Amino acid sequence: MKFSTLTKAIAGGVALSAVLTGAALADPAVIYDLGGKFDKSFNEAAFNGAEAWKAETGGNYMDLELQNDAQREQALRRFAGQGANPIVMAGFMWTAALEAVAPEFPDTNFVVIDTVVDQPNVQSILFDEHTGSFLVGALAALKSESGTLGFVGGMDVPLIHKFYCGYAQGAKAVNADATLIESYTGTTPAAWNDPVTAGELAKAAMDQGADIVFAAAGGSGLGVLQAMADAGEYSIGVDSNQNYLHPGSVLTSMLKRVDVAVQTAMTEAADDATFKPGLTVLGLAEEGVGYSVDEHNQDLITDEMMATVDDLKAKIIAGEIEVHDYTTDSTCPV
Amino acid sequence: MEFATVLSLLDATIRLSTPLLLACLAGLYSERSGVFDIGLEGKMLMAAFAAGAVAAVTGSAWAGLLAALIVSIMTASLQGAAAISLKGNQLIAGVAINMLAAGLTTFLGQQWFRQGGRTPQLSADGRFGTVELPFAPQIGQIPVVGPIYQELISGHYILVYVAFLAVPITAYVLYRTRFGLRLRAVGENPKAVDTAGISVNRLRYQAVLITGLLCGFAGAYFSIAQGSGFGNNMTAGKGFIALAALIFAKWKPVPAMFTCLLFGFLDALQIRLQGAELGGIEIPVQAIQALPYVLTVVLLAGFIGKAVGPKAGGVPYTKER
Repeated sequence: MKFSTLTKAIAGGVALSAVLTGAALADPAVIYDLGGKFDKSFNEAAFNGAEAWKAETGGNYMDLELQNDAQREQALRRFAGQGANPIVMAGFMWTAALEAVAPEFPDTNFVVIDTVVDQPNVQSILFDEHTGSFLVGALAALKSESGTLGFVGGMDVPLIHKFYCGYAQGAKAVNADATLIESYTGTTPAAWNDPVTAGELAKAAMDQGADIVFAAAGGSGLGVLQAMADAGEYSIGVDSNQNYLHPGSVLTSMLKRVDVAVQTAMTEAADDATFKPGLTVLGLAEEGVGYSVDEHNQDLITDEMMATVDDLKAKIIAGEIEVHDYTTDSTCPV
Repeated sequence: MEFATVLSLLDATIRLSTPLLLACLAGLYSERSGVFDIGLEGKMLMAAFAAGAVAAVTGSAWAGLLAALIVSIMTASLQGAAAISLKGNQLIAGVAINMLAAGLTTFLGQQWFRQGGRTPQLSADGRFGTVELPFAPQIGQIPVVGPIYQELISGHYILVYVAFLAVPITAYVLYRTRFGLRLRAVGENPKAVDTAGISVNRLRYQAVLITGLLCGFAGAYFSIAQGSGFGNNMTAGKGFIALAALIFAKWKPVPAMFTCLLFGFLDALQIRLQGAELGGIEIPVQAIQALPYVLTVVLLAGFIGKAVGPKAGGVPYTKER
């Protein structure tokens, strides 16, 4: 029921805007993934990027929150058929749908974040999550008193293992004896939106001695942050800056600047002259990933810790430290 | 396994089985009176939303709980009106409630709070804190028994105690009171009850309202005790698991408690076992996460024998003319 009403609403809304304003034909479109537009994390970063684009250019854009996996191709075709250009998608689960739809609309520019689709009209944007996670892992190991660090992932997929693997390497880099507890909320897309299970996983990690838990779990991560704040321990947020959610408890957030990527893509991909099909990787040097320090967590991080982490960051950028990327060979050295 | 690990596992078991237990007992009243209730999920969802929304606006967990109870009872009366007075199909009435709840909560949440159907994160006052039972730190010093009291029995949300208190109360009401006798009778043979001059519909309404009340507690547990704010579809099928537990327990209160504890335990075990090794091989997360469901199927299929529900269940009562 929900599904059909939603698609009807979209169809109606899209058709209406196309009829009313001719300019709507070249409006960009943004499609969020299953965590929901307001997950305070990954998708919300994409939304913020789109809003920033709107504020900057004064243009309009269309957007859509997916309700289930089956909608992917349909949503893409509908937007492309309505003349939206470019179409920006956030999420690694878009691969198959985009591979099918991109060749059908050769004049439309597609931008996909977190996965690679090899088509002439697709720009694929990847982030070096492992290096960003490395830095927050180092920060966590410096802060931890127990030497035990937790990790709660969302869906059990290679991308999230990439976060874990970077985090673990960072922790071991500053404390070779650090113990890591790795767990995942689930194996279906529902794992992005299950704060209760994620909170229980955080409690389980605390029972095993962890005093800092890194949540790389989209909307589910809110449960981890809550559980750690309730227990008076520290957590690490992900994707967006989540420090403000529980000031004094969120140690830092592993930033993944999906907002910047979306904003840039909406500007560049609108024009074929500036559109960059192929692979774009955003890392530490491009400020695509990093960690956040603001008024909510500056008291938690000493100058000494900051200096150590900034030093590690410089070394990674210079190539002196090689952070292993889990997705290259599906193994983690630590 | 170490003692402390076992204790934390059981602690999580209690946390996870509480909403199941409340929903299971809720279903017990309704089904014992002859009204099948597929709509436990929907009532919990409505209650969870009401609790989250009101607690967010007022900043008071108690106001949230009150709202949850009112909304859940109202939803139950709506379902009751369809299934009892209007003699509609009970299963369809329940399904309708579930659909209504899923759509309405997200819709209203988005209209009111503009956070994609979520309610805002709650402050400490907007949630129920944990309750320290008297002398917990002192008794906690005693070996073995002490930690059990301090960790396992003390330090839960108040709704956890409500849930476990509801078990003996339900057993007493069902087997030791006049109302309970009539309730059981109306589910088995409504005609006999009618002949004795007791209103079948009135009894069924009473049962359905109690169901609403208990679902209200369960819903509030999700959003203002265990969680901190309402999230879309946050009950995540617990209403249906509670229904399975009810059948498993053959519609009896005390077995219902043990069944819910078992389901909660499997869930807690699944969470603790992630990354565990068995004979040097790491067990895949997927296998562990499937464990509760596999065991549920095995137990339901193999161990409980025949589960026969109340005889008059599912049939609206029509007086003979």
